Amino acid sequence: MKLFEYRGKELFEKYGILVPNGRLVENKKDISGLSFPCVLKAQVPIGGRGKAGGIKSANDVKDAEKKLSQILGMDIKGFKVNKVLAEEKVDIKKELYLSITLDRTKRMSLIMASGQGGMDIESVPDELIFKEWINPLIGIQSFHLRGIISRLKLDKEDGKAVAQIISKIYNLFREYDCELVEINPLIISINKEVIALDSKFIINDDAMFRHADIIPEMVELTHLEKDAKEKGIAFIQLDGNIGVIANGAGLTMATLDALTHYKGNGGVFLDLGGTDDPEKVKQAFELMKKAKPKVIFLNLFGGITKCDTVAKGVKSVISKEGIDCPVITRIKGMNEDIAKDILKDAGLITATTLQDAAKRSSDIAGGR
Amino acid sequence: MSIYVNEKNKVVVQGATGHQGVFHIGEMKKFGTKVVAGVTPGKAGQDVQGVPIFNNVMDAVDETGANTTLILVPARFAKDAVFEALDAGIKTVVTITENIPFHDAMDFVHYAKYNNAILIGPNSPGIASPGKSKIGILPGSIFLEGEVGVASRSGTLTYEIVNSLKEKGIGQSTCVGLGGDPIIGTTFIDALDAFEKDKATKAVVLVGEIGGTAEEDAAEHIKEHITKPVFAFIAGRTAPPGKRMGHAGAIIARGKGTAESKIKAFEKADVKLAKFPTDIADLVEKYS
Repeated sequence: MKLFEYRGKELFEKYGILVPNGRLVENKKDISGLSFPCVLKAQVPIGGRGKAGGIKSANDVKDAEKKLSQILGMDIKGFKVNKVLAEEKVDIKKELYLSITLDRTKRMSLIMASGQGGMDIESVPDELIFKEWINPLIGIQSFHLRGIISRLKLDKEDGKAVAQIISKIYNLFREYDCELVEINPLIISINKEVIALDSKFIINDDAMFRHADIIPEMVELTHLEKDAKEKGIAFIQLDGNIGVIANGAGLTMATLDALTHYKGNGGVFLDLGGTDDPEKVKQAFELMKKAKPKVIFLNLFGGITKCDTVAKGVKSVISKEGIDCPVITRIKGMNEDIAKDILKDAGLITATTLQDAAKRSSDIAGGR
Repeated sequence: MSIYVNEKNKVVVQGATGHQGVFHIGEMKKFGTKVVAGVTPGKAGQDVQGVPIFNNVMDAVDETGANTTLILVPARFAKDAVFEALDAGIKTVVTITENIPFHDAMDFVHYAKYNNAILIGPNSPGIASPGKSKIGILPGSIFLEGEVGVASRSGTLTYEIVNSLKEKGIGQSTCVGLGGDPIIGTTFIDALDAFEKDKATKAVVLVGEIGGTAEEDAAEHIKEHITKPVFAFIAGRTAPPGKRMGHAGAIIARGKGTAESKIKAFEKADVKLAKFPTDIADLVEKYS
């Protein structure tokens, strides 16, 4: 789960990491009493808001009111701005980049720091990004910090202050089950304070059960995706018009790929998982119908899951509630013959191979 | 021969008395797996499918000589369960549980290394060496004893591929489900090295998907260290960036983890790639 910048900054403050004086603004009234000059920052769950006009400086109340009205309600890459973070300007001596992520290859926390702060990190050459990997069995140690600080070429005092911040952020990263904490820029002010001017957070969804203080508020899912999530069904809306129901994430992805091979376009990724529970099958079809695909492609491999049980579930939903688009099925595995008979009986198209089914689905969806 | 598991594995099942535990203890026994114990705190003295239940792993090890564990406990208790098994001296840990917090997985992956134990998963369907042993929830009916090693990041897709091998009469030495999570204990590189050493394995099939760089790393490794023919399928060629495609690990993040990059890397390493999952069997038949 991503956090808004202002939520991330609340966590920084909790861990004793300085952030600029500021407040959250949702309408013009909230501006009174602010110190100027200040920066108004749109709160959206996506990068590139600066270029989109979502960050503006203001010199006085009048200026701030005018710019606030420009930012509030703005659309940034599909996200409407409802909240703006107003912060006092800070006099910057040096800008740094700092992040911690999970390195999937080494399976360790990876600290990355650079003296090239404030820029898009993707555009910073690799040799200017300094890395330290932290084995969870030993945690962060002084040598890790020395390794980063020495390469950042900071003077002794600044180096000590930045090292303390890195150590605090590592603790935050671990204790809040983060996939990413990024500060760009982390600045050293002319008063020699180390301040986080920005915050990017991703918290591992699977660990939310132990972070009751994190309130989910970022809308990254569509209505149907949200609905599916509550029902425990893996459901993703895509750009195309063919609804894919399969069992297992890998098989569902492979099914979407097969459609593309025949110039079809997947519109829904629906992974039934290891279930043959008729109630789940029913819910899956109901969700799929709401997504209004032109064709539904049901691709099942029955291993532990028995094909005929799923087929019975499908038949019962369709006979009770009807379906207003063609359904192409391809069934393989345990009890596949019984399953095919049940599906044929329900009026569905049964194909023999993945290729055949993918081609037929693509042709129908494309009006061919 | 085979890799990681064979007839010598004596399995304790952690989370034995739940619905999944009861069912899969039966399935594993049918396959020939030596399931010697189950663990569910507070349920010592009961039995499941003729397998005695203990309160903790240490008791199970002392009484039965278990050397392998199958983790079926709910996600929030999984880290504790793996630590308990490792401290009891278990040397092979197969972790089926899905939705384990990434930081928990990171902790126990390194603790397993520290204990010189093999850890498979999390979010793995398990591992099977046909004719010897199956530890996990893979369906027993799809396997055939033989000479192809399979390592995969997914479940059902692997069953489909293994089943299509069987239909062509191509058997498997070992089929290992590495798991669909971003942080896993046994990687493609580990499995490739094990298959390379294993005399019974003549060819290797890798089933990859979007997310991370495990396939790219494997491709580099194959160029230098693997002499046996390698075949691969990559799922997620049409997945959009930034979306988690069902598996926690299947996500293209910051430009990394695309199917295109993995396919290119495998092509450079002379790995034969299949367009459709069921084509793998044709490729294996043709080239080995």
